[in-house]
Amino acid sequence: MSPPEIFALREYLGPELKGRTISDARHRVSLTDILRHSCLIGRSRELSGRSVLLATSGQLLSALAMIELDGIARRMLLCPPDLDPDYIQALLADAEIDAIVTDQSLRRCDAGAYLVVGAGLPEWAPVGWKTERATEWLMLTSGTSGLPKMVGHTLDGLAGAIIADGPARHPNATWATFYDIRRYGGLQIFLRAVIGGGSMVLSGPGEAIADHVARLHAGGVTHISGTPSHWRKLLMSGAVANFSPRYVRLSGEIADQAVLDGLARAFPHASIGHAYASTEAGVGFAVDDGREGFPADLIGQNRDGVEMKVVDGSLRIRSHRTARAYIGAGAPPLADAEGFVDTGDMIELRGERYHFVGRRGGIINIGGLKVHPEEVEAVINRHESVRMSRARSRRSPITGAIVVADVVLADGTDAGRHETIRTEILGRCKDSLAAHKVPAVIRFVEPLDVTAAGKLARADA
Amino acid sequence: MSVRSRIFSAMQQIAEEQKVTLPPLQDDLSLHETGFDSLAFAILVARLEDDLGVDPFTVADDAAFPSTVGEFVRAYENVPA
Repeated sequence: MSPPEIFALREYLGPELKGRTISDARHRVSLTDILRHSCLIGRSRELSGRSVLLATSGQLLSALAMIELDGIARRMLLCPPDLDPDYIQALLADAEIDAIVTDQSLRRCDAGAYLVVGAGLPEWAPVGWKTERATEWLMLTSGTSGLPKMVGHTLDGLAGAIIADGPARHPNATWATFYDIRRYGGLQIFLRAVIGGGSMVLSGPGEAIADHVARLHAGGVTHISGTPSHWRKLLMSGAVANFSPRYVRLSGEIADQAVLDGLARAFPHASIGHAYASTEAGVGFAVDDGREGFPADLIGQNRDGVEMKVVDGSLRIRSHRTARAYIGAGAPPLADAEGFVDTGDMIELRGERYHFVGRRGGIINIGGLKVHPEEVEAVINRHESVRMSRARSRRSPITGAIVVADVVLADGTDAGRHETIRTEILGRCKDSLAAHKVPAVIRFVEPLDVTAAGKLARADA
Repeated sequence: MSVRSRIFSAMQQIAEEQKVTLPPLQDDLSLHETGFDSLAFAILVARLEDDLGVDPFTVADDAAFPSTVGEFVRAYENVPA
């Protein structure tokens, strides 16, 4: 018998809601019938109580395995596709992994040490699972270099914002995200689809944006999320014409006014909002008024169980949606003594709203004066001809560092206007930024790199 | 365009951007008298590196920083291109 207070994903999947599906570029699987089959091949019954690595090549099989193993496994470690294989062994040890669910050959680890169970499309006889426990969900943070940190969540915490919104708030929605669902931002959308009774269209690795959008359109996607970098890329692609989602969300990076306004123009009938969330701090809050930043009165209150404060300029969050802990021997504490997680995201009060100004570690020091690249980018991105920009540090023999900016112009911008645009951008930066924050050099470049986690690549961050 | 005239042209551009009134540029004018602050010089050095392909003040560890316009120009002229 399952303890009544433990809910697992399977409780949100049943035959009552017809026509629910989850699909990727190659396969479409019925969520309505999902509990009548198993996606696990081999000694799957032995996964009960195990610490399981989900190492599937694509998102679809991970999604199916999450549905099947939540409430059964002791732990599930979600493995994003861009994980450096050199780190796997250390992560497996830290997570005390003793079983692997995969559709690939295992080259990087000693397969003999683990129970290995195959994963495939749900075509196998059901195991008849009954929820036994609250499975711990382990996720990797999206930091740019070194061994990724691993955090532990519970479904209860992961779904906290979804439950607070009312899981039935978006009936019949078909969800999509530019994220991979094995990352926090993508997992939120997957959970919204499963818990909210909807369907989902998964992204595909390396898929051309026009093909992806065509699939989103064909799949009837109504609700979609991504990072501001994902969205800028979409707006630049010219592929939005045939796509008209009702619900557009941004998270994972600072949503500046330019990208919010760009999306409002591209999707005039959609609700457009941005959310604050991180793998460690969970979902903090959502902002639905179409404006950058967030109302100052969110700080210091307890809203839906989320408390926020600002200490030394950075946002701190305490709620049951935060991760439980960093995982591994010698892992540092995730929260302070009072349970607040330091997000490392620096915020600044301007009038009635707080604005995100950048990451604590991303600060550029110009002769002792500080600048966050993101605050420079926000000003540059407001120019009509600019699609995206990256401000970065360049070493200087005079001041140690200076700010320079790489700018991607909108398609079809006349090369003859470059000097005019450069002067206009510099003028606007001067009008709204302190002198040391104005880029010393502005370069016009081809599209900027976006990391596998959907964030602007910052080599110097 | 000579190195000297490129440097002067970049200085005039930055002076305009920074709302600095440059005195007539000549070799014995001290850098202090140009009205440029360290940020303006940092911008100048960065732009000249893009334009001329060299930053003489970073190339050599022991490069003494010039004190006059003439020394500044010579620092660029003396670096092998």
